[in-house]
Amino acid sequence: MTLTQHDIDQEIAAERAAYAERVAQGAPVEHHPRRDYAPYRSSVLRHPKQPLVAIDVRKDPELVELSSPAFGERDITEIDNDLTRQHTGEPIGERITVSGRLLDRDGRPVRGQLIEIWQANAAGRYAHQREQHDAPLDPNFTGVGRTLTDDEGRYHFTTIQPGPYPWRNHLNAWRPAHIHFSVFGTAFTQRLVTQMYFPNDPLFPYDPILQSVTDDAARQRLVATYDHSLSVPEFSLGYRWDIVLDGPNATWMEEGR
Amino acid sequence: MTTTDTSRPGTVPPTPSQTVGPFYGYALPFRGGEDVAPLGHPDTVTVHGYVTDGEGRPLPDALLEVWGPAPDGTLPAVDGSMRRDPATGAVLGRNGVEFTGFGRVQTDADGHWYVRTLRPGARGGNAPYLSVCVFARGLLHHLFTRIYVPGDDAALAGDPLLSRLEDERRATLIAAEESVGTYRFDIRLQGEGETVFLEFR
Repeated sequence: MTLTQHDIDQEIAAERAAYAERVAQGAPVEHHPRRDYAPYRSSVLRHPKQPLVAIDVRKDPELVELSSPAFGERDITEIDNDLTRQHTGEPIGERITVSGRLLDRDGRPVRGQLIEIWQANAAGRYAHQREQHDAPLDPNFTGVGRTLTDDEGRYHFTTIQPGPYPWRNHLNAWRPAHIHFSVFGTAFTQRLVTQMYFPNDPLFPYDPILQSVTDDAARQRLVATYDHSLSVPEFSLGYRWDIVLDGPNATWMEEGR
Repeated sequence: MTTTDTSRPGTVPPTPSQTVGPFYGYALPFRGGEDVAPLGHPDTVTVHGYVTDGEGRPLPDALLEVWGPAPDGTLPAVDGSMRRDPATGAVLGRNGVEFTGFGRVQTDADGHWYVRTLRPGARGGNAPYLSVCVFARGLLHHLFTRIYVPGDDAALAGDPLLSRLEDERRATLIAAEESVGTYRFDIRLQGEGETVFLEFR
């Protein structure tokens, strides 16, 4: 039987209620999605059932995971952070600028680290051969960008507002518009892959991937803010989105936390 | 959330994880991502295997990242894994001489992957291992595991993580030697023989 949006809505509500109950009983805030989140059907057979084995990084400064691969100027080109200039013609759609800071949980800037993004075009189509959505491809837009954070941890991309698109989690399933982000920190433990959303998207409540973050405040942190000061006159609308990396890093040990 | 409050160190709430989804394939994999070892290096090892789901089916769309030390145990601080051609923007990849320690590989249509890298050296009291981060459609938050490369039984016996695990679980983290320098390491996301996954605190 095909699942309807109503079925998924009920499952999302049940997951939210279960989380509220856990918090009411004193469980900690859950900043990340549970890997076992049935409303997102693809998760059902792809999450471990055994508990994760915890490693206390304070006990061992030699852990490989406390360091991270290095990326540098050799690994990017000057126009990698401008997704509107990667072809001979202009891509179709609303130009946007997205920028923010990369921080650790102490609020310190994470400098010189690689941020990679990928996204659908203005019509909601990815330049990927296995994409089944029949919206038009844009020969002037691939939708892939890279940059290194600067000395204040800042990053900056110029791109096109991605469109929402249908997927086959359930009948009439639509993803809210988003940009995928892949981010490195100073420790491999801080590795993050996530998605940035745009403010006031009416699809938010229906999307099991966004709703997998059951904590309201945490989910809000996936949504960029429109920032008029980042809009470029006669060119683009600006969005601000800070990224805060979780996971312990080497300074946790130095400070004996 | 226009500005992130950074006034209280240690308490800045993190950005939540989201799945890598099905369409990262034209963005994240790069030419030579799986060939980490400098060309012709005598300490080269090949590690390969499958990533499987809770029904034992291979995943054709998993992405693995492998990060490990050089044979002497030092951790590389060398960039250039995905060197680019500034004239055309094309990916040149590694230069064949320097060791960056970082590999990235997508499973193929059969769910198979391989990485050719340098045999990792031991660090501190740990047995030699490669750190692995697993991403996939359906996986809302990446998973960390380790590939322990066998060869020194005493080091494996003394490893702080392995010694905490029951034999059956422990075995999921140790690659099997198939021939000299070639090791098999399967990653089972769920069910029988489920791989041990880690969290760092």
